[in-house]
Amino acid sequence: MTAVDHVDFDFNEGEIVSIVGESGSGKTTLSKMLLGLISVTDGQLYFQGKPRDISSRRKKQEYWKNIQPIFQDPFASYNIFHKIDSVLLDCLNMRGFRSASNAQKVDMMTEACSFVNLKYAELTNKYPFELSGGQMQRLMIARIFLLKPKILMADEPTSMIDACSRATILDMLLKLRDETKMTVIFITHDIGLAYYISDKVYIMEHGKFVESGKPDDVILRPTQDYTKRLISDVPKIYEPWDLDAI
Amino acid sequence: MGKVMLEVKNLKTKYVTRFHEDVFAVDGVSLKIEEGRSLGIAGESGCGKSTLALSLMGYYFAPLHYLSGDIIVDGVNIAGMKPDEVRRKVLGQEIAYIPQAAMNALNPTMKINDFVNDVMYAHGSKMKKSEIREMAEARFNELGLPPEVLDKHAVELSGGMKQRTVIAISTILSPKVLIADEPSSALDVSSQKLVIRMMRQLMQKGYIKSMIFITHELPLLYNVTDDIAVMYAGQFVEQGTANEMVFDPVHPYAKGLMGSILVPEAGTREVKLTAIPGTPPNLKHPPEGCRFADRCPYAVPTCRSLAPEMKTFSGNREYRCLFSVKKLREVYSDGTGRRSGEKPAGIDELIADQ
Repeated sequence: MTAVDHVDFDFNEGEIVSIVGESGSGKTTLSKMLLGLISVTDGQLYFQGKPRDISSRRKKQEYWKNIQPIFQDPFASYNIFHKIDSVLLDCLNMRGFRSASNAQKVDMMTEACSFVNLKYAELTNKYPFELSGGQMQRLMIARIFLLKPKILMADEPTSMIDACSRATILDMLLKLRDETKMTVIFITHDIGLAYYISDKVYIMEHGKFVESGKPDDVILRPTQDYTKRLISDVPKIYEPWDLDAI
Repeated sequence: MGKVMLEVKNLKTKYVTRFHEDVFAVDGVSLKIEEGRSLGIAGESGCGKSTLALSLMGYYFAPLHYLSGDIIVDGVNIAGMKPDEVRRKVLGQEIAYIPQAAMNALNPTMKINDFVNDVMYAHGSKMKKSEIREMAEARFNELGLPPEVLDKHAVELSGGMKQRTVIAISTILSPKVLIADEPSSALDVSSQKLVIRMMRQLMQKGYIKSMIFITHELPLLYNVTDDIAVMYAGQFVEQGTANEMVFDPVHPYAKGLMGSILVPEAGTREVKLTAIPGTPPNLKHPPEGCRFADRCPYAVPTCRSLAPEMKTFSGNREYRCLFSVKKLREVYSDGTGRRSGEKPAGIDELIADQ
């Protein structure tokens, strides 16, 4: 079965690019290929102008320094046996601060936590399951803050948390993008969210991109039936929501 | 004015934890729903929305306990009834409840038709099986569900279809109140739309007399319900029609919540989302003053010592804040302090004129 079928696209530095589609359209498969978790059957991935090479474990790790994910389910993103400190320490080690002094490491972790409105002093010695979903997802962003990757792959990072924490998390992602100039690939089924956050939108159906461009063009003036249907499926507040149009 | 279907007066319930500490999850909620109307309840996770839904059914089981207040369904007070009596006489007939994971309630070894029989006989129906079948087919048809579903097992249906089937079954006795707690949150947007359409049909065709819809998705509430109440830390902080609440919220918490709305419509991209900093208070020890004071950008020292009461304004609207509506609107139009958390100039003098 072809989950992702010959897609071509490019991402530039500092851009937020959204990939929007309904369940089963191949969004997550695409994200896993970009992360190097699934091998590519056909086609070529270029990273910073060169073909991506993840043939050995070392090269893969090198690649992962540049591309990092945030997944949908914060409860499944942590190893429950590891304390929160070790999650953040791993990031520091990966960035080459293994030999830094303890005080320096604590300083960096405190800074990362305060960036996402968490208090490091309260988190230290806690296990991930002691946090709420929103807090866990914010801690994920703190990880990204420490790692400062070139690309962030955010796969439905806000679909399992309430609207209020969603605003907080989107705010932090935008702030992080502005500070580090990283590229964010945002995968979502929520077209309202994509409209708000992205610089560029790709609409995905059955493993293919059916429409792409600036959010104002794609979402306010869609040309494809599929895009129109995605838009008609979400509730609106300024225009009437036609429940009978399926 | 229509007949009042559900009236709740100062309802208080609590959870008793393992260490015998009480959590006051619903702390003085009053509401009134007339026939043919629906009420939406909004609020962030952990503010007591789902506990309120459970409490409204009058069916309490540990660790949830009833403290005080009245729940009057079409003139009958069900608060304080024995659980067994509630189960036989109230649930399904007077009040139906649909949680987020309702679809998981279907036993995989039974056909959908068996569930319908089950519901009917559990509530003392004297109808023959063939009559029930006929009625169920007619009802499913009316609600846009293919009657063939009745001959299927739950595993043969998709998630959205299962959810709609459960809704159709749980309202088969035409209850007076339907309480739906995030019925569409676990579904994708297309299935969500079908669920919403079904709830609207239930109301329009009079199969349910009134509805309470709980969700944190405000655009959804705006499209589904007539009125919206915003809940915070076990209490309502503001109540009004859907239109008033979305476009003219008065309470600072409601204002913050409305600022988190995301819709794919022109002009919304340019407006920055408002995030409310911090987390809701621990309801083991509710704060003495206003419960929102710690997170409120406009809080003054008095807010932390004086708990505001629900106040009525412009007709039917209600809010819970020490400031007057006029003052709050002035503060909002000023624009400062909305996102940054800075206090607008001169706010310290603005203590309530109540």
